[in-house]
Amino acid sequence: MTRLMNRRPGRVSALLLTALPFVLLVFAYQSASSIRLAENPQDRLLPAFSTMADAMKRMAIEPDRRTGERLLIADTKASLVRLASGVALGALFGLLVGVLAGLLPTAGSALSPFLAAFAMVPPLSILPILFITLGIDELSKIVLIAIGVGPFIARDLEARVRELPTEELIKAQTLGAGSWLTLWRIVLPQMLPRLLDAIRLSLGAAWLFLIAAEAIAATEGLGYRIFLVRRYLAMDIILPYVLCITALAWLTDFAVRRLSRLLFPWYALQVEPGRNA
Amino acid sequence: MSTLELDGVEKAYDDRTVVGPINLTLASGAFCTIVGASGCGKSTLLKLLLGQERPTRGAILLDGEPLKTEPDPRRGIVYQRYSVFPHLTAAQNVRLGLELRHGDPVFGLCFGATRRSLRAQALALLAAVGLKESADRYPVQLSGGMQQRLALAQALACKPPLLLLDEPFGALDPGNRAAMHELLTQLWHEHGMTVVMVTHDLPEAFGLGTRMLVLDRPDDLAANDGARITYDLPLRAPTVATADAQTP
Repeated sequence: MTRLMNRRPGRVSALLLTALPFVLLVFAYQSASSIRLAENPQDRLLPAFSTMADAMKRMAIEPDRRTGERLLIADTKASLVRLASGVALGALFGLLVGVLAGLLPTAGSALSPFLAAFAMVPPLSILPILFITLGIDELSKIVLIAIGVGPFIARDLEARVRELPTEELIKAQTLGAGSWLTLWRIVLPQMLPRLLDAIRLSLGAAWLFLIAAEAIAATEGLGYRIFLVRRYLAMDIILPYVLCITALAWLTDFAVRRLSRLLFPWYALQVEPGRNA
Repeated sequence: MSTLELDGVEKAYDDRTVVGPINLTLASGAFCTIVGASGCGKSTLLKLLLGQERPTRGAILLDGEPLKTEPDPRRGIVYQRYSVFPHLTAAQNVRLGLELRHGDPVFGLCFGATRRSLRAQALALLAAVGLKESADRYPVQLSGGMQQRLALAQALACKPPLLLLDEPFGALDPGNRAAMHELLTQLWHEHGMTVVMVTHDLPEAFGLGTRMLVLDRPDDLAANDGARITYDLPLRAPTVATADAQTP
């Protein structure tokens, strides 16, 4: 008999195995929910799927009586704008600082130790400072996300630049490149796909900072909404919202991965040999 | 005309002399191969010639002019690995040196007629090393031998008077290596540059060079002395670069 470690599932069984944990989770929830609802039809903790669908219909399709907006749509839009702005700001900072610190020893000496220390500041602990100095509007939330992901991206890219073979940098100089030409033509283009990787890795943290900031001070947003309806124990809204956030996070990750493969075929080929551009 | 002179060149790290003192004059158009045991200082010597390391004492002159102590286009280099840029296609890799020289000083970009002429030059060089069909492929899509051909074309695009080779064919299988020897000899005849090649492979060193140097630390050297040239074998006459051997 073949050893377990050498046995690969066929296509159909692989698909079934992939679906299995998802199906199990839905099934477990469904059973727990019906048991509780059978005991107490007013139970709010584990609402039935139909209740959640109704709630979502209210949130996503019918306009809100007070604002006239569809809440789920408005919340999603507000959250995504904050997330994208914050991550973009952090990524720009990270790219700039990381590439300079990685390529130029002088910049490295000045920035590297500072960055290592600065990255240790828990971003949420400075959220009050941001609220006090920047106000409780959009800017403080965007800056929180940028501060949360920027130093991480900068340090990651600095390490990636240092990983470039010395041979490449020497070679560039023998072809007539000085520091700037090397930066623009050799280092920066090779760092862009790695920047996308770093962004993907920091998206989880970015969502965390976004929801934390929204929970504390906001008037719309996915994080704001779940913390708002928590007061009414509205699990029928919270659960679908969490699902929605998860789906968005997964989709952004997927989109960034696709974008990287599209824009930088040479990188995809390096990382996943065998795949053809 | 590119005579290479080493005048009492020494390299020491923390008071420990690794290489030298080395006195050496290479005639213009010479193909000098350097062999020696691992760790004997071959790579250090090559780094000195490349300008990656600064000699502790002595001077390196190319055509009577001291070489800069950082890498510049007067010296081309082909390594065993990492010689070409992974984010550029074969054609872009060859064009890079030309663009950096002729383009604007910040981005090294060229436009219009210059751009077209550089394109044509790069394609001609690719054709010369047998990579015409692979012009639009990335290095990762090329075999080891093809990558080294590309590296040669890329280095030669800048027409360096001195070409340095650091075990360039060490990772190739024997068949590929023989083909590369032929190509290198042909390119050397055409371009007439002075070549310094570090290799592990004795038959290669004898077969290609006009002069072979053995770098070694003899046992009777004082503890603080660096490796030096223990054998200097003339093998054949250097080629004379003729006027009609100019490349496009």
